[in-house]
Amino acid sequence: MDEVLLRSLTPGVLTVLVRRGADFAAAEDAVQDALVEALRVWPADPPRDAKGWLVTVAWRKFLDATRADAARRRREDRVEEEPAPGPAPAVDDTLQLYFLCAHPSLTPASAVALTLRAVGGLTTRQIAQAYLVPEATMAQRISRAKRTVSGVRLDRPGDVATVLRVLYLVFNEGYSGDVDLAAEAIRLTRQLAAAVDHPEAAGLLALMLLHHARRAARTAPDGSLVPLAEQDRGRWDTRLIAEGVAILQAALARDRLGEFQAQAAIAALHADAPTAEETDWVQIVEWYDELTRLTDSPVVRLNRAVAVGEADGPRAGLAALAALDDSLPRHTAVAAYLHERDGDLATAARLYAEAAHKAPNLAERDHLMRQAARLNAR
Amino acid sequence: MAKYLLLKHYRGAPAPVNNVPMDRWTPEEISAHVQYMNDFAARLEKTGEFVDGQALAPEGMWVRYDGEGRPPVTDGPFAETKDLIAGWMIIDVDSHERAVQLAGELSAAPGAGGKPIHEWLEVRPFLACPPTITE
Repeated sequence: MDEVLLRSLTPGVLTVLVRRGADFAAAEDAVQDALVEALRVWPADPPRDAKGWLVTVAWRKFLDATRADAARRRREDRVEEEPAPGPAPAVDDTLQLYFLCAHPSLTPASAVALTLRAVGGLTTRQIAQAYLVPEATMAQRISRAKRTVSGVRLDRPGDVATVLRVLYLVFNEGYSGDVDLAAEAIRLTRQLAAAVDHPEAAGLLALMLLHHARRAARTAPDGSLVPLAEQDRGRWDTRLIAEGVAILQAALARDRLGEFQAQAAIAALHADAPTAEETDWVQIVEWYDELTRLTDSPVVRLNRAVAVGEADGPRAGLAALAALDDSLPRHTAVAAYLHERDGDLATAARLYAEAAHKAPNLAERDHLMRQAARLNAR
Repeated sequence: MAKYLLLKHYRGAPAPVNNVPMDRWTPEEISAHVQYMNDFAARLEKTGEFVDGQALAPEGMWVRYDGEGRPPVTDGPFAETKDLIAGWMIIDVDSHERAVQLAGELSAAPGAGGKPIHEWLEVRPFLACPPTITE
């Protein structure tokens, strides 16, 4: 059985239950129960109509859970025969689910967890594993999130930008356990981009595809990070790159630039270079200028300094870096790299070691420590 | 999301405000303290921020490899060890500010006289997983 196909039916089934009058929290629990049941039953006895099966089972689970007495049971059995039509949805139902699960009243962690469960159809256990927390903690996080949004009405459009922010987090953070979070983020973003007419949704999808294309080349067999310039470009997934570039070009043509489109444009320029030396750094700097204008983020300015270092030489990069707050994450690592390019190997070695101590994750720390060791051993 | 370790020390932390050792508390004060710690953990489970909490015995020893085919060498315990960890709680929170806030609340656990201990707790961030998008 194709588990991803099964999970892709989740939002549709959930919205049927909500439209029949189930409240969101109870409906979501019932759909989750039905998914677990499907995983158990389908391998031996696959249904002809997968979605119909899920709706029937989820609705039954919902009734089982809410039924309190025989009178109520009779009433609900009638509902089962004649589902309440409910108000005609003004906006696509799946889209409404995205808005609800990324509602601004939720913290980022809650929004991520709720999106993965209610839209993605992942189990609480899978989500807990992906974020390395106990299952009980994740279950509480999800039910609390559902309580938080319980009063939100599902009939008006929300802000696409908050949804995109949540999907970006799913793609960019989390451990790979049972579930491939990056692939899941791509699937959900693809589904969103199909449901909403928004160039930034397309921009985010392109960004994800272009980075996902490099996945095989990004880590060495021993698990260490391989920097972009040293990656074996023959291992990049050309099909994903072509798709990402096509989606990006269509989005850019609409002339409503946003930060995800600009980031995707940078990734596309890297993807376009047959070798690291042939990278069009001048154009990349121009895109960083656009990004700075759009976001004014210090992290973008830091990445821009790296690009300036490649386009105009390490001295220019160091000059750009000097204008930035040196307490920024990765500031020291960038300084180390630019000093090495400038030929000041002693300073570079010292800064690499210092950057290793400040690194926010193990893979980066090990990488920076190796750079320091490499220069110290020369 | 980020994980933080809240470390509690037997020795090695700066002196707390309410600096009466536990063996001078009343049994009721000890019960109140234990209850506060349990309630705190239970509350974090409810908010979906609890990962783990454990207490450690003060007695430990040093162990090291001593070569192929030989048993490990052990040494200690050393009564004079400066830094002695009593236990930890691991939390998974949205921000550094939230980690500091929770450590502050944990440090308010009651001690002698039922007053907050104002114990110093060490807050250490975990090394995270590397992000995918870096340029």
